[in-house]
Amino acid sequence: MNPKRKQRLMAVGLIVFGVSSAIGLAAYALRSNIDLFFNPSQIATGEAPLAKRIRIGGMVVEDSVRRDPESLQVQFALTDYKNTVTVSYTGILPDLFKEGQGIVTSGELNGAGVFEATEVLAKHDENYMPPNVQRALDKAHESGAPTEDGSL
Amino acid sequence: MIPEAGHFALILALCVSVLLSLVPLAGTYLKVPLWQQSARPLAVVNGALLLLSFAALTHAFLTDDFSVVYAASHSNSLMPWYFKFSAVWGGHEGSLLLWVLILSFWTAAVALLSRQLPLELKARVLSVLGMINVGFLLFILLTSNPFERYLPNSPTDGADLNPLLQDFGLIVHPPLLYMGYVGFSVAFAFAIAALLGGRLDATWARWSRPWTTVAWAFLTLGIALGSWWAYYELGWGGWWFWDPVENASFMPWLAGTALMHSLAATEKRGVFKSWTVLLAIFTFSLCLLGTFLVRSGILTSVHAFANDPERGRFVLMMLGVVIGGSLLLYALRAPVIKSRVHFTETSRESFLLANNIILFVASLTVLGGTLFPLAAEFYDYEVSVGAPYFNLMFAFLTPLLAIALGFGARSRWKTTSSARLLDKTVIHAAISFVAAVIIPWLYGEFFFLAMVGVFIAAWVSCATVSDIREKTRNKGLWRGWQQTSRSYKGMIFGHIGLAVMIMGAAIVSHYTVERNVRLAPGEAAVFGDFLVTFDRMEKVRGPNYIGDAATFDVFPAPGETAALAGLSPAALKMKYVGEGAEPLFELKPEKRRYVVSSSLMTEAGINPGLFRDIYISLGEPLGSGEKEQAWAVRLQYKPLVRWLWLGAIFMALGGGLAVSDRRYRLKIRQRIDRSPGEPAITPSSDVDASVLKPIAPRSGA
Repeated sequence: MNPKRKQRLMAVGLIVFGVSSAIGLAAYALRSNIDLFFNPSQIATGEAPLAKRIRIGGMVVEDSVRRDPESLQVQFALTDYKNTVTVSYTGILPDLFKEGQGIVTSGELNGAGVFEATEVLAKHDENYMPPNVQRALDKAHESGAPTEDGSL
Repeated sequence: MIPEAGHFALILALCVSVLLSLVPLAGTYLKVPLWQQSARPLAVVNGALLLLSFAALTHAFLTDDFSVVYAASHSNSLMPWYFKFSAVWGGHEGSLLLWVLILSFWTAAVALLSRQLPLELKARVLSVLGMINVGFLLFILLTSNPFERYLPNSPTDGADLNPLLQDFGLIVHPPLLYMGYVGFSVAFAFAIAALLGGRLDATWARWSRPWTTVAWAFLTLGIALGSWWAYYELGWGGWWFWDPVENASFMPWLAGTALMHSLAATEKRGVFKSWTVLLAIFTFSLCLLGTFLVRSGILTSVHAFANDPERGRFVLMMLGVVIGGSLLLYALRAPVIKSRVHFTETSRESFLLANNIILFVASLTVLGGTLFPLAAEFYDYEVSVGAPYFNLMFAFLTPLLAIALGFGARSRWKTTSSARLLDKTVIHAAISFVAAVIIPWLYGEFFFLAMVGVFIAAWVSCATVSDIREKTRNKGLWRGWQQTSRSYKGMIFGHIGLAVMIMGAAIVSHYTVERNVRLAPGEAAVFGDFLVTFDRMEKVRGPNYIGDAATFDVFPAPGETAALAGLSPAALKMKYVGEGAEPLFELKPEKRRYVVSSSLMTEAGINPGLFRDIYISLGEPLGSGEKEQAWAVRLQYKPLVRWLWLGAIFMALGGGLAVSDRRYRLKIRQRIDRSPGEPAITPSSDVDASVLKPIAPRSGA
């Protein structure tokens, strides 16, 4: 084989090897590291898996924030105006966390139906609605999922 | 009137840009030198007009002209003047204007600084830059005009700038970042010009190399500054979040780093010519893609601007034209390019190839992770790809890159004997291994990835130092070092910067100590080797905010964590104050409420150090009782966190050194010697002909 071909073959071989191993690894990493997103209605209907890391988004219900007086434990309700989920979190809430504000939180759903959050995300801009919260609200509205109190 | 003048200047700039994109290029085909020469004045006028336009908008901000919609929604009369100034680029419209301003600045700089570029090539390069100018000016004028007015009823005061952005970091972060982002358009323009001219030889690489390096250095600084800003301003001590918008700047950085290295190989040895062109196109496309992701609000991100699908569509269209057009051109022209240079498996060329593949794959990895949620949405899945994915990928790719770097730094062009290459490898590996054991041991715990990080940081340093020693073997270390070229010093700085950064990332990711506690004034808490007492709480008042400022005293308490853990906060405080211990320092974190927008902001209290930061930030007030005012407090010990940004500064410094190299300055001196106005037809092959000699034959020289 002439040296030029050999060189080219080497380069192509390296590229193919590099790219394919990266794709393989990326596929593996993606499979185990993506968080599915749910809205409170999907959780109410039992679509969301238990004890698996997921994200939920919605609005923080007014007057629902309860603090433990001795620790940093806090509980609040998250709603899509059809159903609500109770979220429990230990730690410091972001500055923009407010009742009536759209937030996204990640964590796991436990057997009692309480969402144990490990992370609470509120957005920089107060007028800004996270797109996935907006969609979650829209989706809940369109799907006509049954509401807790029966109203729309 | 002034805002209208600014708007008018913007429209004029568009007209000039249209001329710039057409006339010189037409001149190259019709062989009219005058048309080609028009590129230079047009580029300069374009820059001047945009400067005027930008000045008009700045004037509106500084004089509190709230009849301008954009000023009214991003500024407030209470803000200090420097924040009014930086608020000019605090929102979508203004930051886009800054973007075009910088683009026109780069265009003018190319026009002014490359006088001895062949006239035809220069005309083509400037025309391509003119086209990019046209694209972005149209974008501003059609979708996001910053000069729109509230007439006749204008608000009496503005809505205030997002408090997060009222900070020194924001004054400098966007301009630096854009200097880098937009700077890659120059490399792109050179690549396209070379394709248009059908002369894709080493000269192309030589001309675009300093521009690419400067853009890269700015981008490095811009990203590092953004990371530093997030660290002290967001109040929870993170330094990189894999947020889509961060990724949008990181992808061009990875591709740009690859481009910088492949340009070196193309210039010095005439290899990878087509690949380098593709890489220049890819890098700039990633810059545009980043713009699209940020501007369209299509992704969930903390940076997202208010959504406007029209803007997204426009950028997407531009992206399509750029990628489609340049790849088509590439497909038509690339077969002409031939490289006739040989190298062996152990040559520097091979290691640069490895560098390129790894960096290219890394940028694809980030691209995939960023776009995956978007693709999943088509199938009606809501997913998010978080930090674990990116961390895993980079925990895999960074060691590969560093190990290739270690060999590459000691390799030579064309071929290197394996014996030479393997000569010191065992010693370096041994030193790195010892470091990888000792340093985690000093921190008291072993983590596999931390060990890998220390190992590769040491490995890169060893290889770099050994290369310096070899280079200066005959002259003594210091004298030899002084005699090396600046571009060599630049490379050394860049590589050491990478090692420093890897070290910082590995240590801070694994050995950060964080405690979130509930504390009231008079109480204390232990974390790591420190004891913190909450001294007092005061009210403070700023120009446009009111706030609570806490005072914390930090005491050394090495190894006492276990002994003190059982004590109550008050007993802890008693024990320390009772013994009359002197605090190491005090920290004053604040919680601010910005009056106009009524938004809350956390100002962290940070005691910086080369080896560790102590970081205290306030959460929310917890107690509602009269006497007890407890707060949620975040206490953090962050070892080597400064090394992240120190590494970036080294890298950028390296870039600066490389472009100030003698061979670039020589060209300028040589230009002065030549009679003014005489066009330089041939590329200046006389300067470093010795370096270029073995390269493939250059046509037309």
